[in-house]
Amino acid sequence: MAHESTYQPQAGIEKWMDDRLPVMRLVHDSFVDFPTPKNLNYWYTFGGILTFCLVAQIATGITLAMHYVANDTMAFASVEHIMRDVNFGWLIRYSHAVGASMFFLAVYLHMFRGMYYGSYKAPREVLWILGCIIFLLMMATGFMGYVLPWGQMSFWGATVITSLFGAIPIIGDPIQQWMLGGFAVGNPALNRFFSLHYLLPFVIFGMVVLHVWALHVPGNNNPTGIDAKGPQDTVPFHPYYTVKDAFGLVIFMLIFAGFVFFAPNALGHPDNYIPANNLVTPAHIVPEWYLLPFYAILRSITFDFGIPFTDIIFIKAKFLGVIAMFASIGVLFVLPWLDTSKVRSMRYRPIMRFFFLIIFLPACVGLGWVGAETPAKVLYQQGEFTYYADYFEGEELTTLTYDTAEERDHAVESLVAVGTEVEIRDGTPFQFQMVHLGLILTIVYFAYFIIIMPLVGIIETPRPMPASIAESVLPRSSASAAAAE
Amino acid sequence: MSGSETTHPDRRDFLFIASGAFGAVATGAMAIPLIDQMNASRDTLAVAQIRVDVSQIPDGQQVTVEWRGKPVFIRHRSARDIEEAREVDWERLRDPQPDEARINPEHPELLVMVGVCTHLGCVPLADQGDYNGWFCPCHGSHYDTAGRIRKGPAPENLAVPEWVFVDGSDDAVIEIG
Ligand code: HEM
Ligand code: FES
Repeated sequence: MAHESTYQPQAGIEKWMDDRLPVMRLVHDSFVDFPTPKNLNYWYTFGGILTFCLVAQIATGITLAMHYVANDTMAFASVEHIMRDVNFGWLIRYSHAVGASMFFLAVYLHMFRGMYYGSYKAPREVLWILGCIIFLLMMATGFMGYVLPWGQMSFWGATVITSLFGAIPIIGDPIQQWMLGGFAVGNPALNRFFSLHYLLPFVIFGMVVLHVWALHVPGNNNPTGIDAKGPQDTVPFHPYYTVKDAFGLVIFMLIFAGFVFFAPNALGHPDNYIPANNLVTPAHIVPEWYLLPFYAILRSITFDFGIPFTDIIFIKAKFLGVIAMFASIGVLFVLPWLDTSKVRSMRYRPIMRFFFLIIFLPACVGLGWVGAETPAKVLYQQGEFTYYADYFEGEELTTLTYDTAEERDHAVESLVAVGTEVEIRDGTPFQFQMVHLGLILTIVYFAYFIIIMPLVGIIETPRPMPASIAESVLPRSSASAAAAE
Repeated sequence: MSGSETTHPDRRDFLFIASGAFGAVATGAMAIPLIDQMNASRDTLAVAQIRVDVSQIPDGQQVTVEWRGKPVFIRHRSARDIEEAREVDWERLRDPQPDEARINPEHPELLVMVGVCTHLGCVPLADQGDYNGWFCPCHGSHYDTAGRIRKGPAPENLAVPEWVFVDGSDDAVIEIG
């Protein structure tokens, strides 16, 4: 839908400018008289919301940076100084911290929207890939930002994530030391993370410009997934979608403000209010909520990859987990080529819709849950732990049964003391643990993309589709009347 | 090259190739310092060795010192710890190593290890876990009284740094690194 320019410079200054730098023309053609499908719903307001989030993070971030000190002895105190002493510092910091979460909330909804309506399919592949790059950059930015307050979670989160690179065979250690500027997370790492945390949002900004550019070449997709075929299918962006976006944004901001003013730490972790200590690990390290599903995939791989029943190992479990984690994001990049269906929108794809809503979405949420819990947490157990001690009393085999190892060991000691030979053995019950759930969900996640998506596209019979966007939005009677005209 | 009538290499071709080559070399040469500045700086490397008096650690106790920004556990093992570490059929462990390979044979009670879990880098807790050694709370790795991985996701034993008794200290002071 790259369209003819409709810009008409009015005042003399506008004409003068238009001959020299036609930015007003660009704005007019992109955001005022841009033909947009008439049937966009509220899921389409997240683009505008995300732009707001980026601007808000940059505005609050730059003001925080005026007071923040990127030094391992002062970082924590400087954040407390922002919270207690700087005028409105608490508001700016909470807005920035909550803003990061809201940003990710919006980006996930935006991405699920794209997946549901098939917005990644031709001719929007580049648009989709640019979005994936923005998502990656956001994750890097969010991760490094979380390190800056230099609390316990900052420090240990950074330690765990940078150790991932140490898992790469042979070159892992040098890479990790190069990234950290030392043997462990410390001041050099904090300094460079701050530098990059300042830089990356502006790289994201550049990517957003490309993303919008790539959007405006084919134009918006829409809930039917049908191409707009002419003016009867579209309305100008302004005022129709400027108003809709603004309304969606206000609702979003209400939720945002609700968190900032009433639950600013609800999405964070209390351990991050303990200053970083490189000698003590918190009992339970978790990244921020928006990284949890990927963290879960990382931890769910606990087996080596090699030839079964031999000692030959090609990839160790630790590195395999790292590969799986990166692959879970990498697979998004090739999504346009994994989907074999000709129909874009899942509105008309009953089978795919089922897999997306009933299998894939819950799997993603489930992975988030697994990521937040300890891997060894038992979800289901059949039987009990029992501890046995076997010995011969004369000719007769006697077995003692205990509920705890301590009780059994105690009994064994007294038997051994009187010269009895005792054999011990343990009975372990069947346990289904968090890590097992994580593995199952990881398999579901990948299977959705690699198996279900290509296969369903081939075997599924799509539902009948409306002939045009106009037909889909008009009431049935007037649509047929319009068709009869 | 458009606009050029000659087919022979001329002055412009020469300048084009020469300046292009210069630009490529300059970019490559500048990339080295720009990348290398991120490696550990000289002051970080300078504090890479430390000395610790180990004679005062009570039997069965451990001290934690900082070395290269990481914790190092120095443990004075009890007789029972040593016995347990040696009873194990070590060849069948995930990272097979006999206890003797992890200590100074003249001082089997002294175990010096980098206190960084070989899984993803947390600090394991002493006197915990299923093997009376160390337990990593992050993802549940259990280490025995020789610091060998016995259970959980960690791939390797806790690392033993290079260390020696300082000459003339009468086996009281060790140097790590
Ligand atoms: C993509 C946009 C951005 C995201 C997702 C983001 C995310 C974050 C996060 C998650 C934190 C930790 C908050 C906390 O728990 O305290 C943080 C802190 C910080 N960020 Fe950003 N940020 C962004 C942009 C920026 C920009 C452009 C700057 C400008 C310099 C900046 C400066 C800071 C500073 C100084 C801190 C430390 C103070 C603090 O912890 O509150 N950020 N950021
Ligand atoms: S870091 Fe110790 S078990 Fe993962």
